[in-house]
Amino acid sequence: MRLRSLVAAVAVSALGISLAACGGDDSGDSSGGGSGGDATLTYWASNQGTSLDNDKQVLTPVLEKFTQETGVKVNLEVIGWNDLQTRIQTAITSGQAPDVVNIGNTWAASLQATDAFLPFDGDAMTAIGGKDKFVPTALATGGKEGTDPTSVPLYGLAYGLYYNKAMFAAAGLQPPKTWEEMVTAAQKLTNPAKNQWGMALAAGSYTENVHFAFINAAQNKADWFDADGKPTFTGDGNVQGVLRYLDLMQKDKVANPSNAQYDNGTKSVNDFATKKVAMVINQNNADSSIVANGMKAGEYGVVPFPAPAGGEPVASHVAGINLSIFKNTKNKDAALKFVKYMTDAPTQTTLGKPFASLPVLKDAKPVFTTDATEAATFQDVYNNKSKPLPLVPAEDQYESTVGKAMNAMFAKIATGGTVTADDVKAALKTAEDQVAAGG
Amino acid sequence: MSVATSDAPTGAAAEPAAKKKRRGGPDRRPGLSRKLPYLLLAPAVLLELLIHIIPMLVGIWMSFVKLTKFFIANWSAAPWAGLNNYKVALDFDHAVGEGLLKSFGVTVAFSLATVALSWILGMAAAVALQPTFRGRGVVRTFFLVPYALPAYAGILTWNFMLQRDTGVVNHILADNLGLSSDRPFWLIGGNALVSLITVAVWKLWTFAFLTLMAGLQSIPRDLYEAASVDGAGNVRQWRNITLPSLRPVNLVLLLVLFLWTFSDFNTPYVLFGTAQPPAGDLMAFHIYNASFLTWNFGSGAAMSVLLLIFLMIVTGIYLLVTGRRSRRA
Repeated sequence: MRLRSLVAAVAVSALGISLAACGGDDSGDSSGGGSGGDATLTYWASNQGTSLDNDKQVLTPVLEKFTQETGVKVNLEVIGWNDLQTRIQTAITSGQAPDVVNIGNTWAASLQATDAFLPFDGDAMTAIGGKDKFVPTALATGGKEGTDPTSVPLYGLAYGLYYNKAMFAAAGLQPPKTWEEMVTAAQKLTNPAKNQWGMALAAGSYTENVHFAFINAAQNKADWFDADGKPTFTGDGNVQGVLRYLDLMQKDKVANPSNAQYDNGTKSVNDFATKKVAMVINQNNADSSIVANGMKAGEYGVVPFPAPAGGEPVASHVAGINLSIFKNTKNKDAALKFVKYMTDAPTQTTLGKPFASLPVLKDAKPVFTTDATEAATFQDVYNNKSKPLPLVPAEDQYESTVGKAMNAMFAKIATGGTVTADDVKAALKTAEDQVAAGG
Repeated sequence: MSVATSDAPTGAAAEPAAKKKRRGGPDRRPGLSRKLPYLLLAPAVLLELLIHIIPMLVGIWMSFVKLTKFFIANWSAAPWAGLNNYKVALDFDHAVGEGLLKSFGVTVAFSLATVALSWILGMAAAVALQPTFRGRGVVRTFFLVPYALPAYAGILTWNFMLQRDTGVVNHILADNLGLSSDRPFWLIGGNALVSLITVAVWKLWTFAFLTLMAGLQSIPRDLYEAASVDGAGNVRQWRNITLPSLRPVNLVLLLVLFLWTFSDFNTPYVLFGTAQPPAGDLMAFHIYNASFLTWNFGSGAAMSVLLLIFLMIVTGIYLLVTGRRSRRA
């Protein structure tokens, strides 16, 4: 009997150690009152500023203000973009999740499919201030069409074509209005001998690449999924759209082949800010990096990313960050209060500048730049010339498979190979099969 | 007679009793004596169960269910998929199977090259450092730096060094030595595999060096002296004394190196980041992508089990063949 008790004691303590190890640091924080008061929320924020520390500095006073107003404490963790999706997946699987989390808005439909997030149904939506406060296109990214969204917009972002005013003036060029004008200008501003290039592309970043696969195909009026959510990657409009973007490096030769190693948008923005390239296509939060790298605000202009003559004027996807509440939160009321606070006008105005985000609220004015023309350009792109990435559960698989296929094609071009329309079609067929297998 | 007859049983009973006494303490508590080893083993067995066996069994179970994004929040309710995940993984005409097969090919090439080069370098360095000379300790310590350095930091440094425009490798090749007019890519395209092998060898060869050096020191010096007197040169001594003496060490070393390289995840993950090229798509990394990027954990688990079965078969054959040879020798 004594031996049995001893074994049982060892077993229980070993189990205890193991469970404690699995528990992580956030589970304990989630326990608290259900309706504010002394509750403590755990909040995972995505990296929006120039560094993780910068995000903490920006968010800390905002969160302190929330605590003062509501008595709800917030434990903040800022997570780098590359780790965020895996961290969310792990949180869903283990159940050891934060209360509130930032997500890339393009993942919304995929994350919704996991059933791990709180739907913003009538009551929840009312608790955060009602759906009417949001820009409709931004709110549309919150989940699958026709369902209660499981995320609401927090920071709006859109692509724009940044150009160097002095370089354009010296070459006697006007900012491009069509794809053809953009390529002509880029060719004129390219001089590989001087290591001078017309454009910089984040051609090794699968997320950036898939955005341009989507935008270029949308300019051709092509879709990536049919009405049933089945992939239709190999359609002619998609193939030609992808090839057009690849051709910036392959046929038009306006981008440095080294760009095939640029695995995030920052590198291409840095090339633009240090005046090695005349143009870069980036989201409006590039402003802070451009200025941080030495370019002055008046030295660059922004126009919508152009479509080919006669194409659909889609200049961006509806980019941005959404907020979600994990369904298993023990602090539902406090979490809803927090989402309301983060998406209310004063907080949006406070965070709009440091995170260079576009307002997700109706009638709000962009504050990320003092350049009225730039602000109006981005606002126009966001509200009128953007289309959400496919709002289907397989969206995340679309991003990874098509984005990685484009990485590989750019790598082939950069190392001296050729990519034809047939090659693009074959690569997209493989991606399509992978998505179908994942469903 | 009566004395004799009466003595015999008394003596027979007395002898074991005396033996018992001689064995001392534990005998007084026979139950605990028998149970003590198991008791001492219990925590280890329990932790082994919790850390290795149960997760492995869960992994095997996962390979038989349709564990996609629709079920990960409540994964115990995932529907049964039977052998479907395995069928998809082994259908080489389909994108998933084709990708796995390509990844397998890359992994075989990577693993064989890495093990061979690590062993050759480790052996060369271990032999070269056998004779005592001034500064031998410093050189040995220097060789161990890659082993002591955190893998992440080391591999990340290689990533910087192998960048096309800003990396020191191309700077030396193109600017200093003038060996190449055009700067080659090292982290994308065909060279990616060369880079991957280089970094893996850099990381691993010192383990081979350490192990072989320890093995070399166990070989009696007089064998070499006798061979030297008989006129055997260095190469002959190496072939006829060093290699056969190191055989048991090599058997274990090569197997461990193979298992490590075949399931290497860190090197491609850190070296290539999210922009990994097809030439760097090692099995462990491929499985990670299959699970986390396409959200198909059932499929990823099936691939893991296939990898496990393959490694078990290879290990089994290796141990069988080398065991037979050892017995013959």
